[in-house]
Amino acid sequence: MFEKLQAGLYEAIRTLAGQGKLTESNMREGLRLVQQALLEADVSLPVVKAFIEKVSQEALGERVMRSLRPTQQLLTIVYEQLVALMGPVDHDLHLKPSGSTIMLCGLQGSGKTTTAAKLGRYLQQRGYKPMLVAADLQRPAAIEQLQILGEKIGAPVYVEKGATDPLVVCRNALRQMPALGANVAILDTAGRLHVDQALMNQLAAIDRLIQPDQVYLVVDAMTGQDAVNSARAFHEALTLNGVILTKLDGDARGGAALSVKYVTGVPIKFIGTGEGTDALEEFHPERIASRILGQ
Amino acid sequence: TRGRLVDQAFLDELFEVLVRTDMGVQAAQQLVDQIAQKYRNRVIEWSEAIEEIKKGLKDLLRQPESPIRFASQGPTVIMVCGVNGCGKTTTIAKLAYMFQSQGKKVLLGAADTFRAAAVEQLSIWAQRLGVEIVTGPQGSDPAAVGHRAVARAIETQADVCIVDTAGRLQTHQNLMRELSKIHRVLGKQIPEAPHEVLLVLDATTGQNGISQAKHFSEAVKCTGLVLAKLDGTAKGGVVVAIRQQMGLPVKFVGVGEKPEDLLPFDADSFVDAMFAES
Ligand SMILES: Nc1nc2c(ncn2[C@@H]2O[C@H](COP(=O)(O)OP(=O)(O)OP(=O)(O)O)[C@@H](O)[C@H]2O)c(=O)[nH]1
Ligand SMILES: Nc1nc2c(ncn2[C@@H]2O[C@H](COP(=O)(O)OP(=O)(O)OP(=O)(O)O)[C@@H](O)[C@H]2O)c(=O)[nH]1
Ligand SMILES: [K+]
Ligand SMILES: [Mg+2]
Ligand SMILES: [Mg+2]
Repeated sequence: MFEKLQAGLYEAIRTLAGQGKLTESNMREGLRLVQQALLEADVSLPVVKAFIEKVSQEALGERVMRSLRPTQQLLTIVYEQLVALMGPVDHDLHLKPSGSTIMLCGLQGSGKTTTAAKLGRYLQQRGYKPMLVAADLQRPAAIEQLQILGEKIGAPVYVEKGATDPLVVCRNALRQMPALGANVAILDTAGRLHVDQALMNQLAAIDRLIQPDQVYLVVDAMTGQDAVNSARAFHEALTLNGVILTKLDGDARGGAALSVKYVTGVPIKFIGTGEGTDALEEFHPERIASRILGQ
Repeated sequence: TRGRLVDQAFLDELFEVLVRTDMGVQAAQQLVDQIAQKYRNRVIEWSEAIEEIKKGLKDLLRQPESPIRFASQGPTVIMVCGVNGCGKTTTIAKLAYMFQSQGKKVLLGAADTFRAAAVEQLSIWAQRLGVEIVTGPQGSDPAAVGHRAVARAIETQADVCIVDTAGRLQTHQNLMRELSKIHRVLGKQIPEAPHEVLLVLDATTGQNGISQAKHFSEAVKCTGLVLAKLDGTAKGGVVVAIRQQMGLPVKFVGVGEKPEDLLPFDADSFVDAMFAES
C-alpha cells in the first residue's frame, strides 16, 4: 500500500533506522512528504495543515514509544487519522415510515440529478417507494432528464411544466406524495454557485419551509482546493446532513472527501462510481484514505 | 513598508498562496525555487515576489489573439469534449452565440446520444439561438451523428459546425475509443476537420485536470481548453500545470450559464484573478 509515499518516507526517514522513535526534528521531512501527497490528492490547504498538526501530535504521543520502525509507524498514523477524520460511517438515511424528504443540492454539474435516480433505486431495493421531484427549473431539459431517469428506475416523477418557483413545486409535490403512492420524496434542485446569494437564499427558503429530513451536498470527486469554500457556504446556508461524492470511477484521488468532511462535520454517505443508476455505493473511509495516499 | 526577509517562512507562505490556486505542488515549488534562488536572505517586498511570479505566469499563458483556426473554405468544424458535467453543452451554446454575433452561420451536432436528455438540452439551446441542429436517436452511434452534422453543414453552407459529445471520464478506455472514432469520422468529408478540438475543464477541478488533458489529448489531439465555471471562487490554476507539461492553451473562459457568458481567455486578467484576495 501507498508505495510512492512509503518509498519517499523511507528515503526521508532512513537516517532514523535503529532510533525507533519519532521526534519533532526527525519527522519534519516525513511530514513534508505527507503534506505533499495530500496536496497532490487535492485536499484543501487549510485542511492539510490542520491534519499535519494532528498527525504530528499523535506521532509524538506515547504510542510511538513502542515503535520499532518509524517509517511504518508514521504512515500508519497518517492512514488511521485519515480514516478517523473521514468517518464515522453512517449509512442510515434516517427516514420516517410515515414519509420523508431528501433534498439534493450542490454546484452545477456535480451529479445531483443522476444521484437522485441512483438514490431512488437504492431506496426501492430497501422496500421504500421513492418519487423524484423536478425542482430544477433552470437548466435546459433538467426536467426531461429527471423524467427519463425516473422512467428508467420505475419511480414517479413530480413535474410542473411552466412552473417558475421551485419552492411551490416542492410543496405541491409533497402534497401529492400519497396520491402517487410514494413514501420518500427526492428533491432534485438546480445547480448553483455558493457565491450566488439569490440562489443560495432560494435554497435556504426551500430548506426552511419544506424541512427535508435529510439534505445532502453532492460533490464532484475531482474538486480541488475550492472544495472547502463551496462546502462551507452550503453548510452555512442549509445545515447539511450528509455528503455524496460522485465520479469516483475515474482516477481522481478524491482529497475533497477529507476537505468537505473537515469543514462540514457531516458524514459522507455515498459515493458515485458511474453514470448508471446502479452506480452508487456506501462510503467507506478506508478506501478513500488509501486512494488519497496514492495506493 | 520596509519589506521582508526572504527566509523559509516567506517561501512557505508563497508556496501556500500558489498551491491554493490549484496549480499543483510541482508548479508551485518550481516558482518558489525561482524566487528563493534569486532573493533568499535578501529583503524584498512581498508584492515584488508576487509581481515577479505573475509576470512569469502571464508570459507562460499568453496565447494568440484569435483563438479559433477557421477553415480556409467550407465549414469550420469544432469538436467539444471533456469529463462528465464540466460544461460542454453550455459552452457550445455560448460558442454558437459568439459566432452568430460575428455574423457567422452556425450548425450544431448533438453527438451525445448517451446521457438522459442531452439531445433535448442542446436542442433547447439551438431553438433559443435560432440555429439548426442535427440529432440522432437516443443510444445511436454518436459518430454517425457527427458525420451527418458535417454533411449538413457543407450542404447548408454553414460557417461553423460545433459537435457536442457525451461526458466521459478519461480512464474509461472504451469511451475514449468511441471519442477517437467521432474525431476520425469528422475528418471524412473535410480532411482538416475537426479544425478545433476543445477540451472543456471545470474551473473547480484540481490535479485531475492534468490527467484529463493528457488522456483526452491522446485520444483526440485537443487544440485548446475552455475553462468553464470561472465565475465561482475557484482559481483554475491547474491550467498552469497543463500549459507547462503539454503546451495546451486556454482559449476561452466560461463565467456563467447564459449564452453571453463566454470570454476569450486573457492571460493578464486570469493571472491577476489567481492572486486576488477572495
Ligand atoms: N462517471 C460518472 N459520471 C457521473 C457520476 N454521477 C454523475 N455523472 C455524470 O455527470 C454529469 C452531470 O450529472 P448531472 O446529474 O446532470 O449533474 P447535476 O448536478 O444534476 O447538474 P446540474 O443540474 O446542471 O447542476 C452527467 O454526465 C452524469 O452522467 C458518477 O458517479 N460517475
Ligand atoms: N456558473 C456556471 N455554470 C456553468 C458554466 N458552464 C456550464 N455551467 C453549468 O454547469 C452544468 C453542467 O453544464 P453542461 O453544459 O450540461 O455540462 P456537460 O459537460 O455538457 O455535461 P454532460 O454532458 O452531462 O457531461 C449546467 O448546470 C450548466 O448550466 C459556467 O461557466 N458557469
Ligand atoms: K473562479
Ligand atoms: Mg441536475
Ligand atoms: Mg452535455
